Amino acid sequence: MPAWTRLILFGFLLPELLLASPIYHLQPREVAPDTYVLFGLKEGLTQKNHGNIVNTAFLVTEEGVLVLDSGPSKRYGEELREAIAQVTDQPIAAVWITHHHPDHAFGNQAFDLKRVHALPQTIEGLKAQGPGFLDNLYRLVGSAMQGTDVALPGQVLEPGVVEFGGHRLRKIALHGHTGADLAVFDETTGVLFAGDLVFHNRALATPHAQIAPWLESLNRLEQLPFRLLIPGHGEPAPDAAPIQQTRRHLNWLHDVLARASLQGRHMNEIMQTQIPEEFEDITLFREELARSVVHLYPKYEAQTLIFIETEE
Amino acid sequence: MKLLSSLTSLLLSGLLSTAWAEAPADPLNSVMWEYVHEVHLDQAPVVFDSKVEVHLPASAEDSMQVPVSARWNGSERVEEIRLIADLNPIIRVLSYEPVKARPSIAVRFKVQQGTIVRAAMRTTDGVWHVNGAYIDAAGGGCTTPSASQMMASWEDHYGELHAQVWPGEANTDRLRFQMMHPMDTGLSDGIPKFIIETVEVHDASTEELLGRITLHEPVAENPMITLDPQHAVEGYRVSFRDNNGLHVSGVIESHSQIPELLAGQFPMQ
Repeated sequence: MPAWTRLILFGFLLPELLLASPIYHLQPREVAPDTYVLFGLKEGLTQKNHGNIVNTAFLVTEEGVLVLDSGPSKRYGEELREAIAQVTDQPIAAVWITHHHPDHAFGNQAFDLKRVHALPQTIEGLKAQGPGFLDNLYRLVGSAMQGTDVALPGQVLEPGVVEFGGHRLRKIALHGHTGADLAVFDETTGVLFAGDLVFHNRALATPHAQIAPWLESLNRLEQLPFRLLIPGHGEPAPDAAPIQQTRRHLNWLHDVLARASLQGRHMNEIMQTQIPEEFEDITLFREELARSVVHLYPKYEAQTLIFIETEE
Repeated sequence: MKLLSSLTSLLLSGLLSTAWAEAPADPLNSVMWEYVHEVHLDQAPVVFDSKVEVHLPASAEDSMQVPVSARWNGSERVEEIRLIADLNPIIRVLSYEPVKARPSIAVRFKVQQGTIVRAAMRTTDGVWHVNGAYIDAAGGGCTTPSASQMMASWEDHYGELHAQVWPGEANTDRLRFQMMHPMDTGLSDGIPKFIIETVEVHDASTEELLGRITLHEPVAENPMITLDPQHAVEGYRVSFRDNNGLHVSGVIESHSQIPELLAGQFPMQ
């Protein structure tokens, strides 16, 4: 076979070959009995990390597997299924989506949508903003997104306590990180899945944040008698340290924005704010500050401007 | 013959006086640089100058509202500031003449794609001092209808002015104002260009002109502008005019109180 023919054939086959081998290399970590977490990197969305920046989880029971969040892409969802199959033969009974952000809900296509559940506002948010998120993720993440489309959860999630395969699970509907944030407390194992209401050593993402309700939600979470906390991004913790870190970060953001608005600062000035020492080890802190200023400052500065009567 | 030679010399001197300056190599390596120099900097002499301070985020979180600020750290007087986005379908963002104001401005604008953003400052000798940075962007900012265009109620606030004054540095004040306006670029299907074209700031008591801004299509809707005008004892008259016949002005009293906030707790947003 001439070299150029091989080249052409290889060119055709290469995408297929790439599809066949995993790109996420998901390693489920057993953090409690029957409870597995797939920890993402504390990074932003890049081509290199294929968007794997999020913590997803699954619970293996006699009634099937419960999955928490589907990840950033169709491919991630598929590899998550494969990772689950390595651990158990149990079928996937349900997928619960914590909120409408793309890194948590863009793996939905890999699952039977009739088994994917989310709070009503989460479904609405995905419907309204999903296409925009999709464009952005294709741009940032690139080829790993191939085939990914917005897939809406087929079931409305009801808050409350359910018995599921020997686990007592409390579904708590909160908000603040987005308009609807689901936290799941496994009363049987003491594991609290906080979703993106809690970040740990990774700076907060705030595109749909409201600081006051977010702080209230943190208070609710802190009162739960959990033994292990799984944040949406960052490492797990046996205590409330990540909740406290998230709270300090939010309070700091509020202080910076309130002070700046009272001094008549514009956005670019705030982006240069000095980062306090206590936040120095948090990844992406300055990058997320720049984003948070764009998200949150318009409401702060509007408070300081007064309506001026005009004439023709 | 004599006539011809005098004509020739007239022509020559004319050519010489309008001699175009060569553009120096662009340290930001933009493919648009020569065009930008020709069309947006009038082919005038240019120096790349770190005394022009430009701030913008590394990437556009919201391509409809990208904050950019520019200020001059040199000692020469700046007569005009231009903000330029090389790869926007409409390149010029705005021009600002800080007549009696610090050469500084902050504004939010729309980007269509990742682009070099420049501030050019013309000193009295006619030289443009230029600096800039790259911003990464998802795109769509210029060809997407304004958010207000998609809401029926935008007309309720059309033409409103909101503002505040703070004491600034060295005999200047910090003046921030926002004008409620869709700022439609005309690049979105079926929506004609509809923008504020000029803004002027006068000393409210002497009517002296302190600054004049010419806005172009890329300025974000509900333009929020930050200036540092020379201190005016009684206040500032801000007037603005759009391409649809709106022409209004209002007076912002100096150091008026920020309502209820200075005394109490700032509400969490």
